[in-house]
Amino acid sequence: MSEQERFISPDEVRHVARLARLALDDDEVGRMALQLSAILEHVDAVRRLDTADVPPTAHPFPVENVLRSDTETPSLDRETVLAQAPRAENDRFRVPRIMGEAP
Amino acid sequence: MTGYPVTNYETVVGLEVHCELATATKLFCGCRNAFGDEPNTNICPVCLGLPGSLPVINRRAVELALRIGAALNCSPRRSIFHRKNYFYPDMPKDYQISQYDEPINVDGWLELPDGSRVGIERAHMEEDTGKTTHVGGGGRIHEAGYSLVDYNRAGVPLVEIVSRPDIRSAAQARAYVDELRSILVATGASDGRMEEGSLRVDANISVRPLGATEYGTRCEVKNLNSLRSLERAIDYEVQRQIALLESGERVAQETRHFDEGDSTTHAMRSKEEANDYRYFPEPDLTPLVPDAALLAAAAEGIGPMPAERRRRLSGLLGEDSSLATRRDGSTDQVVTVVDLGLDELIAGAVAAGADPRLALARAANEAAANPEEARRLDPRAFAALIKMESSGQLSATQSKEVLSELMSEGGDPIQIAGRLGYEQMDQAVLASMLDEVIAANPQEWRRYCDGDEKVAQFLLGQVMRASKGRANGKLVAAAFASRRGSF
Amino acid sequence: MASPAPEFASLAEIAESVRSGRISARAVLSQALGRIRELEGDLHCFNEVTAEVAEADADAVDRMVRDGQDPGPLAGVPVALKDNLCTKGIPTTCSSRILAGWLPPYDATVVSRLRGAGALLVGKTNLDEFAMGSSTENSAFGPTRNPWDTGRVPGGSSGGSAAAVAGGIVPLAFGSDTGGSIRQPAALCGIVGVKPTYGVVSRYGLIAFASSLDQIGPFATTVADAALGLEVVAGHDPMDSTSLERPAPSLLASLAEGVSGLRVGIVEDFLSDGSECGAAVVAAGEALASAGAKVDEVTIPELLLGLPAYYVIAPAEASSNLSRYDGVRYGLRVDGPDTETMNARTRGEGFGPEVKRRIMMGTYALSAGYYDAYYGQAQKARTVVIRAFEAAYRNFDVLLTPTTPSVAFPFGSKTEDPIEMYMCDLCSIPSSLAGHPAVSVPFALSPERLPIGVQVLAPALGEAVMMRVAASLEAVAPREARGPVTP
Repeated sequence: MSEQERFISPDEVRHVARLARLALDDDEVGRMALQLSAILEHVDAVRRLDTADVPPTAHPFPVENVLRSDTETPSLDRETVLAQAPRAENDRFRVPRIMGEAP
Repeated sequence: MTGYPVTNYETVVGLEVHCELATATKLFCGCRNAFGDEPNTNICPVCLGLPGSLPVINRRAVELALRIGAALNCSPRRSIFHRKNYFYPDMPKDYQISQYDEPINVDGWLELPDGSRVGIERAHMEEDTGKTTHVGGGGRIHEAGYSLVDYNRAGVPLVEIVSRPDIRSAAQARAYVDELRSILVATGASDGRMEEGSLRVDANISVRPLGATEYGTRCEVKNLNSLRSLERAIDYEVQRQIALLESGERVAQETRHFDEGDSTTHAMRSKEEANDYRYFPEPDLTPLVPDAALLAAAAEGIGPMPAERRRRLSGLLGEDSSLATRRDGSTDQVVTVVDLGLDELIAGAVAAGADPRLALARAANEAAANPEEARRLDPRAFAALIKMESSGQLSATQSKEVLSELMSEGGDPIQIAGRLGYEQMDQAVLASMLDEVIAANPQEWRRYCDGDEKVAQFLLGQVMRASKGRANGKLVAAAFASRRGSF
Repeated sequence: MASPAPEFASLAEIAESVRSGRISARAVLSQALGRIRELEGDLHCFNEVTAEVAEADADAVDRMVRDGQDPGPLAGVPVALKDNLCTKGIPTTCSSRILAGWLPPYDATVVSRLRGAGALLVGKTNLDEFAMGSSTENSAFGPTRNPWDTGRVPGGSSGGSAAAVAGGIVPLAFGSDTGGSIRQPAALCGIVGVKPTYGVVSRYGLIAFASSLDQIGPFATTVADAALGLEVVAGHDPMDSTSLERPAPSLLASLAEGVSGLRVGIVEDFLSDGSECGAAVVAAGEALASAGAKVDEVTIPELLLGLPAYYVIAPAEASSNLSRYDGVRYGLRVDGPDTETMNARTRGEGFGPEVKRRIMMGTYALSAGYYDAYYGQAQKARTVVIRAFEAAYRNFDVLLTPTTPSVAFPFGSKTEDPIEMYMCDLCSIPSSLAGHPAVSVPFALSPERLPIGVQVLAPALGEAVMMRVAASLEAVAPREARGPVTP
């Protein structure tokens, strides 16, 4: 494996692209492997950081319990929404056949 | 179910039950939470996941989730939401906001009517998905020509209750779901309608040789739309796995689909690799801390759970009955007097001197026909009625009539009985009826006097006919018996 | 060579003139529209010019004035909005093919507040696709050109908004800032750009890039105008759970208070030898010292962790936020034999190369086996940065840095190597990670007569002191160093 492939290989790129539902042709896969490797090399400092006693920060500020009351608010007009749909039928959004079952 | 003896293997089942919460609005937006509305009429930028939209947590959903946790003896925890990332057309954002390793309720248990306990690992919150219908092609989803999606259900609040793998049989699994449903309905957190999808069950099933301590490989079985399906799926899956192991093969860890048509399971044809959900904490939401206000609201109006109420009633009745009324024909679910909220009525009647078994019978059979009216009954009036029947003053038929009127009109059962003409028959009139019947049926009378009990029914029936049903069967039988005795 | 354009009247003056009836909103608007006709061909600031909407807005304002009502603090002020802010019924594209032609059915909260204050929506401005970039070269609709030199970039991702103000088209524009996307274009265009404290301005209706970092903020030619713009849009919004429960900050009142006694820290770590941007910061420090501040150097090497941490966190959140663009409910759809293929083709064709790169990077960083090493670590690095700031702010009230390491660069000069482009955010990222506010103030001209901005950083909710310092710098900065200019 070359230096630049050290961080991510074309096969891994294909796997990630499947997870992300991105269609990439072979050229793109190759280029992506190189570019992602460069980026991963750049961010490696983060991976190597000693964070023994450091908790992660998910939010800049420690706010808790932001809640709303269980009261109804107006919904959107169905026609307006379906008008934006790439394909609609019988008041629903239409998609081509689904290969997998819902997880 | 042909097959391999189950005796050398132990069945191990864990159940994941998804329960829709009975809130007015969805989990993260103010759209109506309702079943059966016209498609795509309860949607907004948030539950449709439109660009720029943001979720805001429904306080009532949190209260109900905590309430469920408490009813299942869980400990409430500080919790956060996570994003579960995967693509599917019924998911508007192509990620589901759920809870991962910091859920709101942990480490509880559920007690079954037979006294056994099933551990509850967690009961966490998450949003529901939309609904897809598949059009064209054969039955299975991937044979369909295309699919249509309705997002009304997207964003409805769910609590997912995950049991520990403590269940050891299909029957126990069924009992678990029955009891869980009772609890959920009793807390008011859910209407528990499996047939409407507000309660959904997935089963994790494995087997292991008797005496083994390690768990076998488990399969997850989905598409269990009824309790019957649940039982059949477990039966089939256990047999399947045993057959594999017995022939030296391994059980593959996979997700399987239950086929209602032939009661089998088969591996789901899902795409390539197992899902990598890439969970990370939801940055658009804040953590939930079960503070005093939330816990108080969760505990509000929550009475004793079904198990406790059953225990009280059993203690009162002096028997360990299942207290069941019936198995609902369409939903196939067990409905007990406790479920119907009639245990207070029975307990009150017994306290007022009514015969416990009769009180239970009338409550479970007749009163249960209209639970709402039954719950409004005054236990003392009910007790008075029961006493009239057990003393023989009213026949069973008459008692039921009075009860029916008592339920719909209220009032005093004694007065109702009078109005209906159910007062006790004149003793002289009764005696003369007996005379007539004996005179008209001398052979039968002789056989009865010789000790033939079977003919007693015939004689009784004759008196009932003559009295047009007004005679009290018990009294007539007693009268015959005493006549014979004096012969 | 660009030449200075006539300065705008201040926002307060415009609003006052319109409110008093001295000038009509229509008249103010026609100036802006005239400038668009003149320059838009050269600059390409806008994805959509909304002349009719603005005219209707202006008529409404003028009607209110005639009726003796107060149209608000921005009455008649023409405003341009970055095209990742949802505007009801008006195309909102994020400069991406995947959203070309999409009409949001709702307004972002910021948009409602601006129109409620009497502002006139003149158009939606160009950006790097989905706000990912530092030059606006990643727009699917062609780049925007810097009014100071149309062969150079205006910066990004909010390049269109910055250029619209810098080119004298509108006195106020809004953009979004995740790692520097308001501040860097402000610096490259010689105008003021503010990123508020995270949570001060509602994100509802801002099409998400990185949820824990995104903020909306104003561009203007003066600090006072930027402050007023921020005041109008800031303040708690119940539709955004991350919105701080505080009213809008009050900034204008204290702007002129000066800097006497304030402790100012020049962050050494961002001053590389001989850079003109670094020299400007040093000069700014001297100016503040002359005005009575206590100015010192400080080294905070942990801040250099910011860039690598950001380039894990931001793509990770983005990869999830952009999953919803799947061709199902809105936007581009590229057909396929099945949904999975349709999703992949739609996204493959609809997203540009930088967006795809970041989605891939983010998906990888969150994926099984890599989460701890990348995302997990990056969130910890974030804590390190926050703690380092906390330590520094014990000794200083504000910090000074270059806004960005270089002045406006020629088109195509940084597009070969993504990392080179990422380096533009070196100085702006740390405050984004910490959720702190920051402002870029034009302060100097480079030898090539290109604007240089100085960045003032303050701790969370330190907008007032931050803007005070900015105003002080503005007062002594050469007039020629700031826009508007005519290309």
